[in-house]
Amino acid sequence: MGQTIAEKIFSNHCGRKVHAGDFVLADLDLVMAHDTTCAWALEPFYQIATKVFDPKKIFIPFDHAFPSPSVAMSKLQSEIKKFADEQGIPVVYDGVCHQVMSERLINPGNLILGADSHSPTGGGVGALTIGVGSTDAAIAMATGKCWFRVPQTIKINIRGKLPHGCFSKDVVLTVAKEMGPDGANYRVIEYDGETVERFNVPARLTLTNMSAEMGAKAALVAPDDQTRAYLKENDRLIEFEAVRSDPDASFEQVLDFDISNLRPMIACPPDIDNDVPVEQVQAEKIPVNQVFIGSCTNCRIEDLEVVYGMWKGKRVKEGLRAIVTPASRKVYLQALQRGYIEEFINVGAVVSSPGCGPCLGRSGGVLYDDEVCVSTSNRNFEGRMGSPKAKIYLASPATAAASALTGIITDPRNFIR
Amino acid sequence: MNWKFGDNINTDLITPGRYNITTDPQELAKACFIEYRPEFRQKVRPGDFVVAGENFGCGSSRETAAIALKYSNITAIVAKSYARIFFRNAINLGLLCVIADTSSVEEADQLELDIESQILRNKTKDREIKVEIPSMMLRLYREGGIIAYLKKNGLFALANLEKF
Repeated sequence: MGQTIAEKIFSNHCGRKVHAGDFVLADLDLVMAHDTTCAWALEPFYQIATKVFDPKKIFIPFDHAFPSPSVAMSKLQSEIKKFADEQGIPVVYDGVCHQVMSERLINPGNLILGADSHSPTGGGVGALTIGVGSTDAAIAMATGKCWFRVPQTIKINIRGKLPHGCFSKDVVLTVAKEMGPDGANYRVIEYDGETVERFNVPARLTLTNMSAEMGAKAALVAPDDQTRAYLKENDRLIEFEAVRSDPDASFEQVLDFDISNLRPMIACPPDIDNDVPVEQVQAEKIPVNQVFIGSCTNCRIEDLEVVYGMWKGKRVKEGLRAIVTPASRKVYLQALQRGYIEEFINVGAVVSSPGCGPCLGRSGGVLYDDEVCVSTSNRNFEGRMGSPKAKIYLASPATAAASALTGIITDPRNFIR
Repeated sequence: MNWKFGDNINTDLITPGRYNITTDPQELAKACFIEYRPEFRQKVRPGDFVVAGENFGCGSSRETAAIALKYSNITAIVAKSYARIFFRNAINLGLLCVIADTSSVEEADQLELDIESQILRNKTKDREIKVEIPSMMLRLYREGGIIAYLKKNGLFALANLEKF
């Protein structure tokens, strides 16, 4: 019987041929725990071990609340730093974990464990990247292993040319509308089809990232020439096997999407599958208090290029708070070199240091009662970005940028040349 | 009593991000449902059940959500289904999560969980609901969580989980 990509990657990491439903104790290529999830991994780790299995295979970024906004958070970060120092693991302050890992660490075919729910993001590079909690991360740091039930795969084929004003975020919101918040629970989503083949890795990372919101254990795109180009851009081109699902692999479900007639989409609060065309919400003339362009979903240089093109020479609506948080140090530097940052400051936006910040209501843009935020992030849950009475709308960087100019939720198509 | 919730109760509702600033489980328990059900933390009593619909614990991987519920000293969570990472965290912590059709359960109903026969008795309504407790969940609940299990049996015992 043929295998899916996920089944092949699991097989390569447990030493035997496995299929969906099999139990595996797999060897991990990398374990990630960040400044909040790592804090809870320390106590269980020291209960069962004294030394990590391999300090080179453990990645500890400070991104969720960095630089620390409070004494309580500084205490947690200091405990993690002490652990990292003892174990010989560098703590990295270079931006959102999934972005930094994609740029530097994730290779096609890898099996990676991340103590963060958006770990499926890295699958855009052709790896199997799986989210867990702190205790699993602690066991993995001690042993280099994790147990899994090999998951079923849902194949999502996307075809059609992306219409004007639409981006991979609009595509994935359309998929989320169909799948709902648990449509992929326990499953791997494999994205395929001509549209996905044309997407570069940064655009693919948005698809895989949002798959977490459908409950996916992991999401991936078969590595190909786009992957090769991405690795090369990041100065780490390596030879890799272009692993693909076999023609006779067993998929639990195959879904086809034609995006030829797609319109810019927006996820209305408080659910990820509450997606409607932006033009429909625009008609309601909803005043926006804050626009957040950031997070592991959408704040790569390609996203900032779109925002720059729309904002150049204009001003954000008076009184509106526009926050731009580049996803990583690398993205920040690229934006600086291209003159984007200067322009963002001139149009009236705030540019903050790379990290997660406002996405999870930690710092740098916490919402008050009844405020409306258009965010390029991934969760519009009640209370996610601050007050439970605030309203979060999720959209592409283009829709966020257009809304920042007008002060109401706005379809970006008239603002893009 | 029971604390009844609907579908898709996410971990931001259980422990909002701004409250995840401690590694003291008792402190975390004080933040459980702090904004979504503010009375929960004051009125929850040992033996209470959290009853929910589909996809309980979705969203963020934060183990704080499962820890806060565990240290609220509830007997168990009974839900139609669970999000994957939350369920894994619960298995690891020894927080009992059982699967059942909770449609007929109301907050005031008196419930009794019979783990052996996998039955939830609704004494108020005089009816029995069949529950499912996955074997690994049950075993590690009895072991007091995966860390207690590995401490007792050694790290190589990770491979034995398959047999649970």
